[in-house]
Amino acid sequence: MPSYALLGQSALSGVFIGALYGLLGLGLTLSWGMLRQINLAHFALVFLGAYLTYQLGAAGMDPLVTLALIAPAFFLFGAALHLLLARFKVNALNTLLVTFGFMVMLESLIQWIWSADFRRLESHYGDVKWKVGELFVPLPELLTLALACGLALAVWAALRFTDLGKAMRATAEDAPIAAAFGVNEKLLSLLLSGLCAAFAAVAGMCLALSHTLAPSQIYAWIGVVFAVVMIGGLGNPLGPLVAGVVIGVSEGLTMAVTAPVWAPLVSFSLLIAALLLRPEKF
Amino acid sequence: MRFIWRAAALAAMTALLWSAHAQQPVRIGSTLALTGPLGSAGNIQKVAIEVYIDDLNSRGGLLGRKVEWVLKDDQSRPDLARTLYEQLATVDKVDLLMGPYGTASILSAMGVAQRYGKILIHNSFGTPRLAKYDMQFSASGGAGDPENVWPNLVFDAVATAPKPPKTVAIVTTKFPSAHSIALGAREVAKKRGLTEVLFLEYEFGNRDFGAIAARVKDAKPDFVFAGALGLDGVLLLDAMKKIDYQPPMHFYTFPAPGPMLKLPEAKNALALTTFEEHPPHTGNPQATQFIQGFRERAAKASLPSTSVDLLSTIAYASWQVLEAAVSGARSLDDKALAQWLRQSQVDTVMGRLSWQGTPEGPPNFVMGKDIYKVKQLQDGKWLVVWPKEFAAPGAKLIGP
Repeated sequence: MPSYALLGQSALSGVFIGALYGLLGLGLTLSWGMLRQINLAHFALVFLGAYLTYQLGAAGMDPLVTLALIAPAFFLFGAALHLLLARFKVNALNTLLVTFGFMVMLESLIQWIWSADFRRLESHYGDVKWKVGELFVPLPELLTLALACGLALAVWAALRFTDLGKAMRATAEDAPIAAAFGVNEKLLSLLLSGLCAAFAAVAGMCLALSHTLAPSQIYAWIGVVFAVVMIGGLGNPLGPLVAGVVIGVSEGLTMAVTAPVWAPLVSFSLLIAALLLRPEKF
Repeated sequence: MRFIWRAAALAAMTALLWSAHAQQPVRIGSTLALTGPLGSAGNIQKVAIEVYIDDLNSRGGLLGRKVEWVLKDDQSRPDLARTLYEQLATVDKVDLLMGPYGTASILSAMGVAQRYGKILIHNSFGTPRLAKYDMQFSASGGAGDPENVWPNLVFDAVATAPKPPKTVAIVTTKFPSAHSIALGAREVAKKRGLTEVLFLEYEFGNRDFGAIAARVKDAKPDFVFAGALGLDGVLLLDAMKKIDYQPPMHFYTFPAPGPMLKLPEAKNALALTTFEEHPPHTGNPQATQFIQGFRERAAKASLPSTSVDLLSTIAYASWQVLEAAVSGARSLDDKALAQWLRQSQVDTVMGRLSWQGTPEGPPNFVMGKDIYKVKQLQDGKWLVVWPKEFAAPGAKLIGP
């Protein structure tokens, strides 16, 4: 029988990795659910953000401060990408193909600049951890959890309680009708697309804080984050975080009590269950 | 008179053609994993081979002809490696083939080499029992039964610690080569009377090592044997650090050398190697030249680590084997080269290699012994600590 400390630490580790899944899925769910764009380039943007954090961090900048530079730049990139997709009226399925192309191009760019070798951000955050009872709480993971919760709640509240958010939801529901009520659909879509890319910058910073980077690792996250986004519900900002934590904790506990090799089955079993039980959400 | 003129013209033409042929480079084709999950290893090997080819061409090349390396990127994909080797054999029509990086891609290339009757010298084939082709030759320095030889080597090494381990936790990726070695470690540990307190397998590409680290900590082993490749060891150590755990002794099969060096918690980590940048390995001019050339090129290629170690050395040695075979057989004929290698020994930068196989083992593999060593990360440097005769001057295995 595993000890309580082992189970607790494994569950906590699951919460932290789940928060990262949620953060990675936040931009993806918004662009998929509200803009009808299945943006695979989002994963490459996350890694580009991580590499830029690494580069600026190596130059002496605090990783959190790097967001002041990277997030606005990514916002512009996201808006430009949306302009391009809108200009050529790319439908949802084709966005998958087009953005896959962008993902490969961004991966090549990352590899060209930073090589295929592993890169690791050395920061003072990595050395800080606290002991709470029997459990250890590392600062980079805690930051990721805080940012994931903060951003998901902020976006949820903005969409629910502000005029801008209501207009965005109306546009996602029925763009022509929303436009008839005076909603500037094009501007809102640009804004949302930019925000999704900026969220990728935040996820990238968190990734750089807690993980060693390699360009090929972009692909390692796609499966589980897609599962998180689909289980969480498309366009629902809180969904990926909740689904991410559920999957992370399930994986963590699976690894604690059985062979770790079973853990990846958990996320996809949950996805299949969600697809079977809530087909109307997809 | 007319006859004499015609004969002279024919002779001149023949001489010109012969001279033109002699001027044509020997084209040697291979792929490497320059991108994809094995990209970091592939890029290290590319630099090492470029150093070797530069040196080879400065010495006149092979049989008096310069060498041209036709390199393609297999993106760490065995299926693509197969296609590219087909291209090398049929479209590029290279004179010779050399192996790619990684077990699965080598297996793909081996099938193509067999189809076209080409010799294949490779350097990173982790599951020799799968090699059935009699014109494949490993230049990795490994035995035909690494699942037996390497765990024994590692357990011999840790037995020299001030307090030899009595319990072991074996944690391994399911990646085939590392996995079979970890399974071998289970058997070897059992035979040696060590108690296995934990055995865990995880999928290759696992992202979260938190729970695995917690289980290792919970099991309280004296020694952690990690069947870990590339980044796995770094991720596991990271996860252990986060729960304030440092294993008393820890081994990683083939870790990414650069990131491990920079990780304070990797202190005293053990790993396998064939060559490190210290005596007695550096005691010959060729090693010195290799180290210098590699450092320069690796810096230009922006590799995170410019030190020569296992990955670069096996790549360099595989081309040394090729050169020795061509020079020894005085031919580029694949069968002649294979025949020469089966009967010969080659002194490489990492030691003497031979291919006198046994009926019970895979073709051209020596069983039961090899040239591998155990290295340990001490004061930010990888130092060989076992066997004693290859240990860095004054270095001993540090343990609890």
